Amino acid sequence: MHEGSRVDLLPRLGAFARLLHDAGLEAGPRRLTDATRALGCIDLKQELDFRNALRSVFVSRKEDIPTFEAAFDIFWAPPDPRSAAGVLPGRSRALPLSPERAKAWANALGLNASQMNREQDATEFPASSSGYSAEELLRHKDFEDMTWTETEQVRRLLEQAPWRVAEKRTRRLRPSRTGRIDLRRSARHAIRSSGELMTLFRRKPRVRRRPLVLICDVSGSMERYSRLLMIFAHAIARREDLEAFVFSTRLTRITRLLRQRDLDRALDSVSKRVHDFSGGTRIGDALADFNRHWARRVLGHGAVVVIISDGWDRGDPSHLVAELIHLHRSAHRLIWLNPLLGSEGYEPLTRGMAAALPHCDDFLAAHNVAALEDLGRLLASLDSRKSR
Amino acid sequence: MSAPPTIEDVERRLRERKYIGDRALATSIFLALKLQKPLFIEGEAGVGKTEAAKVMAEVLGARLIRLQCYEGIDLAHAVYEWNYPRQLLHIRLMGEGEDRRAAEREIFSSEFLLRRPLLDAIDNDDATPPVLLIDEIDRSDEEFEAFLLELLSDFQISIPEIGTIKARQVPFVVITSNRTREVHDALKRRCLYHWIDYPDLDKEVEIVRARAPEAADGLAREVAALVQGLRGMDLYKVPGVAETLDWARSLAALGATRIDPNLVSATMGAALKYQEDLERVREQVPALVEKAQRA
Repeated sequence: MHEGSRVDLLPRLGAFARLLHDAGLEAGPRRLTDATRALGCIDLKQELDFRNALRSVFVSRKEDIPTFEAAFDIFWAPPDPRSAAGVLPGRSRALPLSPERAKAWANALGLNASQMNREQDATEFPASSSGYSAEELLRHKDFEDMTWTETEQVRRLLEQAPWRVAEKRTRRLRPSRTGRIDLRRSARHAIRSSGELMTLFRRKPRVRRRPLVLICDVSGSMERYSRLLMIFAHAIARREDLEAFVFSTRLTRITRLLRQRDLDRALDSVSKRVHDFSGGTRIGDALADFNRHWARRVLGHGAVVVIISDGWDRGDPSHLVAELIHLHRSAHRLIWLNPLLGSEGYEPLTRGMAAALPHCDDFLAAHNVAALEDLGRLLASLDSRKSR
Repeated sequence: MSAPPTIEDVERRLRERKYIGDRALATSIFLALKLQKPLFIEGEAGVGKTEAAKVMAEVLGARLIRLQCYEGIDLAHAVYEWNYPRQLLHIRLMGEGEDRRAAEREIFSSEFLLRRPLLDAIDNDDATPPVLLIDEIDRSDEEFEAFLLELLSDFQISIPEIGTIKARQVPFVVITSNRTREVHDALKRRCLYHWIDYPDLDKEVEIVRARAPEAADGLAREVAALVQGLRGMDLYKVPGVAETLDWARSLAALGATRIDPNLVSATMGAALKYQEDLERVREQVPALVEKAQRA
């Protein structure tokens, strides 16, 4: 596989770094240099060491390990082009490449495109055409009834909205006129006046906005709202410390995807990554997954959790309740947004919703801009202490 | 002791000190030493991240300097602090006519400096470069990360009153994280990365035998198998290797040489730390024990 001298290896290593880059890993010049140096220290005939060395240089996140392994297999141990995709059983060779890049790489490496990545049929967001209404009407119009143009206007409204999450005190101190005495500064000042403590400086805890965690239902029953809620998430992600997840049958983290400035590109990468847009709903399972794998990572620093879902759950309500209780305990505040709450005469009678209700701090609508603005006001006014 | 010349040496020397790692970890350590880059180790709680750094200090015959991170950690706790009470006393005890400039120079000298772990790691006369363990960096905040980024790129620290102190020898830096939050990419980019996974059954048995030798062989295997079974369950907090060791030691302390459902129920608090998890497991203890004894 990597026979030949170290000199021959360099251009190939450069190409490998480009493949990793195309697959979404950070593989800049610094890492390439490190990789070159690393390979200079090991015995290249040891395939395992070769793989381990490149992994420790090019990977910085656990999530990237499968992508690295797939890229390594494809690049350094290419499958037989005549065989079907996936030569090593049990190991996914799927690389998150765009179709064009997958094709280009398949050509360069002499493979079938199908061996490069799994084509994913990206689900299109629902959209219709034409229509116009004034801003205020738009604010109160149900997302469900909106046209494409209106959606665009809503997007502008949401992007302008001043999203601010309430603050919490941190343990980091900053100079202030009130608060505890800052011995360091006071003493420092005193030294200038021959050791006389003339002025007492003080400091107090810095405040910082609370992190916001959004867990958004994109299952079939929520389809009509999905696009707008994603726009909403993107609008907040641009200025807040936001962690975002979507679920239908399983949970997917989309935080990094939403950070892209351009909305359309962000939404595009979300729909590519999320395989079960408009699938069935298993809220309990999604929250269980969140509680086990993400809660400890993203619920530090007094986070506010917002769940957006209509509460249609195919799973067992007691399962949902157990997970919700756990989540409620680890979050500073748990807010449930339900688009259906905006419909006239709606009562939270779905089994899931009725079971969930007692375990949320707030239950709000989410069917139009005005409702989302209500959420904005609630977030800004949260107490600095837990309300229970 | 000098740096290990090959990956095999790293593996062997870790093993000699009862740290059972895998080839990939040995490779990362070997490269971090060779390339003089920090090693960033991530993994779930209790898989032996901190232990790896401690053992490396022994392997290298170096001093271990440990900085435990926490929310709000600042330069005064991590790098240096002036000893203000001493400075004040000193300046007040000085005569009236003495030169103020000279006095200020005097009290801002290293004699009045309280050296914290990071300064110690940069500025020392150790025969072997020390091992600097920056533990649980995910507990600190962005401000501290930004400072570390600077420190790890030039290995120097500026103290306004004294000047810039540059490391005469680069310490071996190990940074650990439990991933309670995402550490900034810029910092990770400066490091080699290694993810420590839970060990498989054979390796976990080996770890228990090495680190909890008081547990009989049969007990070691059964406890390891039991924990492996628990890891397959739907739990809020899956037990780590540290919990396996605690459990094996607890059972050995009770004089057990095999496990049975009663013993397991009585001692499983060593491995499970959530009430919900304990409840969930309690019903299945007999089945789990049976499965573990067959493994």
